[in-house]
Amino acid sequence: MINRRHFLIGASQVGLMTALGASLPAWARSSADGNMGITTLEGRDFNLTIDRFPVTIDGRRGRAVGVNGTLPAPLLRFREGEDVTLRVTNRLKEDTSIHWHGLLLPFEMDGVPGVTFDGIKPGETFTYHFPVRQSGTYWYHSHSGLQEQDGLYGPLVIDPAGADPVAYDREYVLVLSDWTFEGGDRVFAKLKKVSDTYNMGQRTLGDFFRDVSDNGLDATLRDRREWGEMRMSPRDISDTSAMTYEFLINGHTTGDNWNGVFKAGEKVRLRIINASAMTIFNVRMPDLPMTVVAADGLNVQPLETDEFQMGVAETYDVIIEPKEDRAYAFVAESIDRSGQAVATFGPRPGMRAEAPALRKIPTLTMKDMGMDHGAMGHGNMGGMDHSTMDHSQMNHATMDHGQMDHSTMDHSKMGHAQPDEGQMDHAAMGHAPAAKPLKTGPGVDNIATMPVSRLHEPGLGLEDVPHRTLRYSQLRSLDPIPDRRQPERELDLHLTGNMERYMWSFDGIKYTEVKGPIIFKEGERLRLHLTNDTMMSHPIHLHGMFFELNNEGGDHRPRKHTVIVKPGEKLSFDVTADALGNWAFHCHLLYHMHAGMMRVVQVQPRNPGEVDHSTMDHSKMDHSKMGHNNMNHGEHNQ
Amino acid sequence: MSLKHLLVVGLGALSASAAAQDHSNHGTHTPATADTPYQMQGSGAGHHDPMFLFLQADRLETQFHDGEETLVWDTNAWYGGDLNKLWIKSEGELSLSGGEFEEAEVQALWSHAISTYFDLQTGLRYDIAGKDRVHAAFGVMGLAPYWFEVDAMAYVSDKGDITATVELEYELLLTQRLILQPRAELAFSAQHVPDAGLGKGLTGLDTGIRLRYEIIREFAPYVGIEWQKRFGATADMMRRDGEDPNRMVLVAGIRAWF
Ligand SMILES: [Cu+2]
Repeated sequence: MINRRHFLIGASQVGLMTALGASLPAWARSSADGNMGITTLEGRDFNLTIDRFPVTIDGRRGRAVGVNGTLPAPLLRFREGEDVTLRVTNRLKEDTSIHWHGLLLPFEMDGVPGVTFDGIKPGETFTYHFPVRQSGTYWYHSHSGLQEQDGLYGPLVIDPAGADPVAYDREYVLVLSDWTFEGGDRVFAKLKKVSDTYNMGQRTLGDFFRDVSDNGLDATLRDRREWGEMRMSPRDISDTSAMTYEFLINGHTTGDNWNGVFKAGEKVRLRIINASAMTIFNVRMPDLPMTVVAADGLNVQPLETDEFQMGVAETYDVIIEPKEDRAYAFVAESIDRSGQAVATFGPRPGMRAEAPALRKIPTLTMKDMGMDHGAMGHGNMGGMDHSTMDHSQMNHATMDHGQMDHSTMDHSKMGHAQPDEGQMDHAAMGHAPAAKPLKTGPGVDNIATMPVSRLHEPGLGLEDVPHRTLRYSQLRSLDPIPDRRQPERELDLHLTGNMERYMWSFDGIKYTEVKGPIIFKEGERLRLHLTNDTMMSHPIHLHGMFFELNNEGGDHRPRKHTVIVKPGEKLSFDVTADALGNWAFHCHLLYHMHAGMMRVVQVQPRNPGEVDHSTMDHSKMDHSKMGHNNMNHGEHNQ
Repeated sequence: MSLKHLLVVGLGALSASAAAQDHSNHGTHTPATADTPYQMQGSGAGHHDPMFLFLQADRLETQFHDGEETLVWDTNAWYGGDLNKLWIKSEGELSLSGGEFEEAEVQALWSHAISTYFDLQTGLRYDIAGKDRVHAAFGVMGLAPYWFEVDAMAYVSDKGDITATVELEYELLLTQRLILQPRAELAFSAQHVPDAGLGKGLTGLDTGIRLRYEIIREFAPYVGIEWQKRFGATADMMRRDGEDPNRMVLVAGIRAWF
């Protein structure tokens, strides 16, 4: 049986083989040539060099920006409880940076230019130095310009100080990413000029006739009229696609066939990282169940599933137990189903599993616009039976006011003692002189009038797959959450954009237009409500602090650093402001962030004398009379 | 003070004001409150709103009619950001048999986003071919419900003549790359403009349909057919010049952008 230590030794032997004259670097070779992993750097002291270098992707030559000449960047392996030093040297002609995604550290070490430090100038070396306070699967990437698209990302694994609650015989790190030969700047420019450039899944005349024959002429015309009136496309699933992307697993396309080896009967831990710039992936291993044991680096109660949707920047650890002597495919399919990356796990190196056919592109519905359910059910929504699912979920996000009405208790009792942490909306309104309501305009093409909770759904396009799917509502943290206080303060933030102009923002305000940071007070317990007014799924990421996703998991709510907010969804999470300083808070779709879907959260020390929100008496406010829907709670914080 | 000295001082002032401007772009640098303990660090690299340059040949085609060939261009360029852009539009016709411009105009417009899908455009139009004339130009451009691309402009010439044009385009996807594009262009004049060959009222209607194949999104050859109709006094003037006010032309061309 090969354990993890053996595996690491194996990886360094691969390095030796390269030195002995193989033409391709180890990471670029398939398993048949001995590539069993990613270049690994281990210890407390690291030297990383950022440069441009040639790469070969699917047989085609390109140029990447990355670390130590490898794509992905080397696997960094830390140990919990140690101090690490990383000297990052910039050999580019432009500024660069490295952000340690998901790590709890002093904000000056977080690596976001313009927010936590100056960036690393050409020729300079910046030394990151911080204690490692956690364990699990994370990653690192550039936070400068669009370098992340061009290859500056790598995996980061922290071994626990004590015993690992997850038992496994062997492990692999799988870095999912999207590569373009066009380069990030060109892709972004094309999106700004012609925003549907990369959409290869628009409805065609053929779809029209198919819908007429499936649903009748009236329903089809009504559907086309509705989308036409809004000037929106129900196939606007992803801004980018396989038209420009090669999807990669550990730097390998399906053709390059990255290969992992197991012995039948072993427990294999896969540390899966979505290090894409723009691609949300559906991950599955046909014929092989996966047991999710960690999400965003932190352990969760083991949960067996067959497929999950993975937002950009999320990580999942799963255990697989292949019992048969055969090859299994590991499939990462882009959310718009325009392409996929397939790797092979098998008992012998060099095997190639059969890649499944790409599945049909999903079609959005009025629900994805955050519209009233009454507007749905026109029949031609691709055969999905949303109606049965929706009603069970309606209560949660949109009906909180109703819940309050038929309670006779006052809010002070209700709000602060309620064990159901998730769905109470009432504290937010106390603090804001009602800000002006969010309106459509050049930067905002839609306001979700009836956003709903979609935590019980597996993610766009996975509603009707014939196997088990992971939903956020199922995730339970293995350890109880550390801070079980009720939130003292609530904030509302809308995810906004205009697809046609390719503008993205929070509350209709781009990052370049905001007046200042969102202020958190040290030690404060906050609840953030995120409402997605757009038709796209946005993986929203908070630096520096984990948050508890309010999924009715009580004290075992999952703690995450990134959460997908689905189209037309409203969700909330709680966070304890325990990390002083400036922290980036943004959509992790690179071009959305770059276009302005970003804020800075500033955790300020609490002055002893100042007003403490937690002592405010909510019971004196008449919450039931407040119209919550149209208030822009976020804005007064900027 | 020497000229060189002046230059240095001048450049210094320019770059200082540029730097100030630059800084104002970085809203996040401004402390939110007086007690903000953490200034944002650094230069905010990558947090500008970037500007883009767009070049487009919407139609670059040869029109075939009665053995005559005419080169027609309808090209655009813009430079700017999300809300404000400088647009340059140029349209015209060059008779390939005669070798002379039949029509040629260029417009410089400031374009400002006024709603989710529409920009207001104001500026100048200059007619190059033959009758040198300058117009004040004013209009809207954007995406109307049901995905109609609209470009509606009104013009007032230096002689006080008022004219207007409305262009409508629609795209029907046969496949993801094979696209049928119906197009209509209406022209109006508020008065007779004899030296421009215009009568009063609706002066012309060009309707056509083009079928293009996007080899890549940025480059698509096409073929099509267009009906060009002139009305009223405008048509009369054409007839007097021995031209046909109702023509059907075949077109072949390319659509490209960068
Ligand atoms: Cu986004």
